[in-house]
Amino acid sequence: MADDLFNSFMNGPDERGRFGDFGGRFVSETLMPLILDLEAEYEKAKTDDTFWAEMDWLWKHYVGRPSPLYFAERLTDHLGGAKIYMKRDELNHTGAHKINNVLGQIILARRMGKTRIIAETGAGQHGVATATVCAKFGLKCIVYMGAHDVERQAPNVFRMRLLGAEVVPVTSGRGTLKDAMNDALRDWVTNVRDTFYCIGTVAGPHPYPAMVRDFQSIIGKEVRWQLAEQEGEGRLPDTVIAAIGGGSNAMGLFFPFLDDPSVRIIGVEAGGKGVDEKMEHCASLTGGRPGVLHGNRTYLLQDDDGQILEGFSISAGLDYPGIGPEHAWLHETGRAEYVAITDKEALGAFQLSCALEGIIPALEPSHALAHVMKIAPELPRDHIIVMNMCGRGDKDIFAVAKHLGFDIRT
Amino acid sequence: MTRIDDCFARLRAQGRKAFVSYIMAGDPDVATSLELMKGLPAAGVDVIELGMPFTDPMADGPTIQLAGQRALEGGQTLQKTLDMVAEFRKGDNTTPIVMMGYYNPIYSRGVERFLADATAAGVDGLIVVDLPPEEDEELCIPANRAGMNFIRLATPTTDDRRLPKVLQNTSGFVYYVSITGITGAAAAEATDVAPEVARIKAATDLPVIVGFGIRSPETAKAIASVADGAVVGTAIVKLVEEKRPVAEILAFVKGLADGAHSA
Ligand SMILES: Cc1ncc(COP(=O)(O)O)c(C=O)c1O
Repeated sequence: MADDLFNSFMNGPDERGRFGDFGGRFVSETLMPLILDLEAEYEKAKTDDTFWAEMDWLWKHYVGRPSPLYFAERLTDHLGGAKIYMKRDELNHTGAHKINNVLGQIILARRMGKTRIIAETGAGQHGVATATVCAKFGLKCIVYMGAHDVERQAPNVFRMRLLGAEVVPVTSGRGTLKDAMNDALRDWVTNVRDTFYCIGTVAGPHPYPAMVRDFQSIIGKEVRWQLAEQEGEGRLPDTVIAAIGGGSNAMGLFFPFLDDPSVRIIGVEAGGKGVDEKMEHCASLTGGRPGVLHGNRTYLLQDDDGQILEGFSISAGLDYPGIGPEHAWLHETGRAEYVAITDKEALGAFQLSCALEGIIPALEPSHALAHVMKIAPELPRDHIIVMNMCGRGDKDIFAVAKHLGFDIRT
Repeated sequence: MTRIDDCFARLRAQGRKAFVSYIMAGDPDVATSLELMKGLPAAGVDVIELGMPFTDPMADGPTIQLAGQRALEGGQTLQKTLDMVAEFRKGDNTTPIVMMGYYNPIYSRGVERFLADATAAGVDGLIVVDLPPEEDEELCIPANRAGMNFIRLATPTTDDRRLPKVLQNTSGFVYYVSITGITGAAAAEATDVAPEVARIKAATDLPVIVGFGIRSPETAKAIASVADGAVVGTAIVKLVEEKRPVAEILAFVKGLADGAHSA
């Protein structure tokens, strides 16, 4: 890669919301004025110290940030190669990285005078985070969730309801995350005056991909100083690895390192049953091609006629046929590498983390960990890998039990 | 001059309002939807909007979502939709056809190839819901260059500041969406629509057609009387869903057209 590309990776997107050819604002006219308002409000907030002071206070006292950067010693010894650190965002309030972003968007919504918050959710983590922050601020919250996901993530559905949110099961399509996003957009177009759409990942029309990335970047910023604290001034990770559904936890970890050429960046997509012609996976970059969906141009799983295909993954949080446009651009420029991990490999990593580190991971970061298991043994002992442990596995124990052949229903 | 421009010039000369109808291509199969399409002009339809099915129709309500699903399950493709237009054109070289849908199937085919094929098939205009003026370079400008009308939606959220931008590269007619919402939602009151249409007409010479939520001849008349015409989609598609015979659907369309034309 050309050296002059470095120092520029952190400049995106341009004024049209493009990362190279990806991103943009592919929405209906009804929504266009709303996303322009949001962009203006976000631009104001970005340079407003009181906005960030409020975020910092909530991150510290409500979420529990900074999350630890933890040296996984037994895992490192077991794999016998690179030194493995886990960024422990699973210890956040509500159990995943999703709340980092939700806080930012809800503070913006309050500044804009919006009283009704809508969100889409797959695994339910973004829905739970949104319901949580809405409860804290006394805002009405409606969460769209695919009917299929309502079934496989029942504990999170109950959590959202306890938190006062209305959960709407979506039956259109195959009833997964993409269909939930369609229905959230339909709600937004109908209730434009009082409603704020809180998107859970680095996708959607501009400014969402950039805004969500900025809010999640707290992850990578913390890693920078935490690693220096533990490994010595100026020590950067050699490799950073994160799982990708839409790509928000990954962008959060990657972004602060984009212009550091020594840092290798790897995104892990959900390979489902395997990335082949049967398309039973959610690996948009590995197995898709560019298209336009949900407000942006990015890599999508689609057929020859441009019809969107349903993803397939053991992990509801990765079950999305697209990926954030900035990842599409990082993929095409070669700045980041993207690989796929199968359901089976992720389950293996899930169990290894439990057994060796006493950490029950969510199925999403289990994909990232599975790739760590593949590459760490081949790397030297002074090579530092930081993987994003972006969610805890409480929500997944029922699904995992089923796959491992246990019946834990009461 | 496109067939759309000719059509509105003719209507203006006759002092008549336009009636525009939407059907989904390939719903529930090509034969049925082509038979329906061929019957529309005789039922009084001035402009045909032909829906291109898409898996993720974000601006559509359940009725049109299901129509798209039926079409796709029946094997409908963009090529088959273009073939339908070509087949229709063999017997009708005047009724304007506007293809309506979402960008990805067009982008997937390639914009230049799509425009060449659509022109050859006899398509006159395009309505692509997820292409606002901010993305005009994608399809709107190439379409205008290819001699095809690019018809834009104006909505209640299109304020005066934004209106010139929406009208800038629009041609053929302006489609005013009378409500904030998806297709199949409740209709707006003619009294609310009238000032909005007047506001748009003050900024353009193009005809302004109003749609979303019109289901009856009475509403078609009321809305057409405060605009240059009315569009009906969901109410017609609903009858296809109910598997009504084509003749019965066309009789319903005639009632709507008569309503709009009596305005
Ligand atoms: C724990 C966890 N990780 C990852 C994801 C995927 O989202 P993203 O790629 O935006 O981080 C989810 C989504 O629900 C999640 O719950």
